[in-house]
Amino acid sequence: MTTVQPTQPSFWNDTGKTGLAAWIFSTDHKRIGLLYFYSTFGFFLVGVLLGLLLRIELMAPGRTIMGPQTYNALFTVHGVVMIFLFIIPGFQGSFGNLVMPIQIGARDVAFPRLNLFSWWLYIIGAVIIITSLFTGGGPPDTGWTFYVPFSSRTGTNVSLAVFGVFVVGFSSILTGLNFITTIHRLRAEGMTWGRLPLFVWSLYATAWVQVLATPILAITLVLVMAERLLGTGLFDPGRGGDPVMYQHLFWIYSHPAVYIMILPAMGVISDVIPVFSRKPIFGYKMIAFSSIAIAAFGSLVWGHHMFTSGMSDTAILVFSFLTFIVAIPSAIKVFNWVSTLYKGSISLDAPMLFALSFILLFSIGGLSGLILGAAATDVHVHDTHFVVGHFHYVIFGGAGFAFFAAMHYWLPKFYGRRYAEKPAIVAWALMFVGFNVMYFTMQVLGMKGMPRRYYDYLPEFATLNLVATIGSWILVAGLIVMLVNLFRGLFRGEPFVGNPWGGATLEWTTATPPPTENFEEEPVVTHGPYDFRGTGIP
Amino acid sequence: MSHLKDDSGAKLGMWLFLFTELLLFGGLFLLYSAYLSRYPHEFSAAGRQLNVVFGTINTVVLLTSSLLVAMAVTAVQRGERRRTLWLLGGTILCAAIFMAIKYVEWSTKILHGIYPNSPHLAAGPPGESVFFSLYFMSTGIHGLHVLIGATLLAWVGSKVKRGAVHGGDYILLENSALYWHLVDLIWIFIFPLYYLIL
Repeated sequence: MTTVQPTQPSFWNDTGKTGLAAWIFSTDHKRIGLLYFYSTFGFFLVGVLLGLLLRIELMAPGRTIMGPQTYNALFTVHGVVMIFLFIIPGFQGSFGNLVMPIQIGARDVAFPRLNLFSWWLYIIGAVIIITSLFTGGGPPDTGWTFYVPFSSRTGTNVSLAVFGVFVVGFSSILTGLNFITTIHRLRAEGMTWGRLPLFVWSLYATAWVQVLATPILAITLVLVMAERLLGTGLFDPGRGGDPVMYQHLFWIYSHPAVYIMILPAMGVISDVIPVFSRKPIFGYKMIAFSSIAIAAFGSLVWGHHMFTSGMSDTAILVFSFLTFIVAIPSAIKVFNWVSTLYKGSISLDAPMLFALSFILLFSIGGLSGLILGAAATDVHVHDTHFVVGHFHYVIFGGAGFAFFAAMHYWLPKFYGRRYAEKPAIVAWALMFVGFNVMYFTMQVLGMKGMPRRYYDYLPEFATLNLVATIGSWILVAGLIVMLVNLFRGLFRGEPFVGNPWGGATLEWTTATPPPTENFEEEPVVTHGPYDFRGTGIP
Repeated sequence: MSHLKDDSGAKLGMWLFLFTELLLFGGLFLLYSAYLSRYPHEFSAAGRQLNVVFGTINTVVLLTSSLLVAMAVTAVQRGERRRTLWLLGGTILCAAIFMAIKYVEWSTKILHGIYPNSPHLAAGPPGESVFFSLYFMSTGIHGLHVLIGATLLAWVGSKVKRGAVHGGDYILLENSALYWHLVDLIWIFIFPLYYLIL
């Protein structure tokens, strides 16, 4: 920095320009972060709507509100939107961009223009995916996994949808390499690796997964396109190919991808819990290390999706064993969070409630994952609603609730206004109850044998399906309360200044909202991220 | 306020991007190894139908181009603008020769009825069809990378000419050269796997 002004304008009104162009062509990481936030969260709401329709269809046996083809298209688009357009780009793109450079004391990411380009690629990919729904043979009906041989033969618009996912994947790779470079090169003076906030550690591990795993998805999707457009036959048993090879390639990416979804969520929880317990995090090093361990071992377990696909028994044994190993670093995190709570001075504000429910929901999801990871039990519940319940416990109850925690914890920092506390807690309670009613019921349904992705079901599943659907309504009611409260608060709520949560990471030392260059002076870091002695809050 | 120029950071970013490219082709090499172990005889028979002479010439051409682009980086470091431009021109010429030979190779194969989903391959053993599908996908995607790399070098060359890339600031050329070496490296794996060892 050459000049130090006493007060710099916040990033909202620094350029003097307003309007769309000042946002969609801005290279400021905070503006890009908000662009990502509104675009990914917008797609989340679309995905919620689709999920709600799916639950209404399953409310009673037989046709309720839609036909089977529509149902197939809806669960495919629900998956594609939620996974590729919300949760994979969501954390890195929005909160990674908003918070990470400030947390390491940098002015911006290493490649600001590349950052903007990533967002544009994401939007272009999203537009292509949406276009695929209304052109050609109609929305894809393969499920988000695009399994061959169906995906290479169905008449629906799979090629275009797959190309859209390819473009979004490219965006994800560029964000990943940008973040790795940023964390290596742009840490402020004194910001050693041992002083990095755990959110940054989790983003760092995630970025490596993005860089190393996404290219495999890219080539797999190219091969599906080639299969459809050129007839290469690489996955077609009639011409010497093998559909199981597709599943291998797909899961080599898509299993690590669930760690792209959950690792940043774990980072959020590791940042929120100590702040609202007024205690330094327990086991900082182990939490940081376990992020890397999850990223590393998580890349070696893809085969557990394929226990019933026709792999050798040896392969099943090895993949099952490795899957159990991933449970260790995940459990390390859970134990450390709980130990942080022990004898802490806990205040149950909205971000903390979301974080605490994360621990519970993620643990339920993780333990049900072990039932799926053990080959003997997996055979019985494979492709049932048990899997759907498990996945949503981890990704919605885990990553989703952590996303809500991050929204309540960090968004006021960037708006300078905050939501009302009581409605936020009511919203949390509704969502927590609705969530469990819906997804726990699904797990029970799966145990009883209800298959996933089926449009119709036997009458004995009717009662539990009705319960799950009612759960989805409670969940959505809570979501609506949360949205109204949060966004009304951000634009018209009470002022949010200083450091009301009492955080010790760098973003709480700068002005609210932060200035364009993030800090008045380049910060020099003298203490760890969870050393609360200087925050002025007992 | 000007942003610090961080050449080491830029190079780190480029290396990370090269990892992703390696993994992209890694998916194809994985398929190659899985199918080679399933169809060793068909792969061997199909591999002998490829033209080793063309493959060898292309290998020499690409290695030469890699040498030229490395010399271009040294030249720009020494501030020799004319020589840099000549060397970059030579690299792009090599890329053009490579693509021309590839074109001849591909069209000969297609003339003989060897292309994905062709009736000729459908009539033959399934392993052969898999081999040629992999061959066309691997060399096709590699060829696309040759085109992208050559375009990149041409663009950087225009910057060298305008003086935007020079002895004091040549990271753009260095990174583009890294990308070109990657294109070369991938071919160094494709060539023996498809032309030589079978």
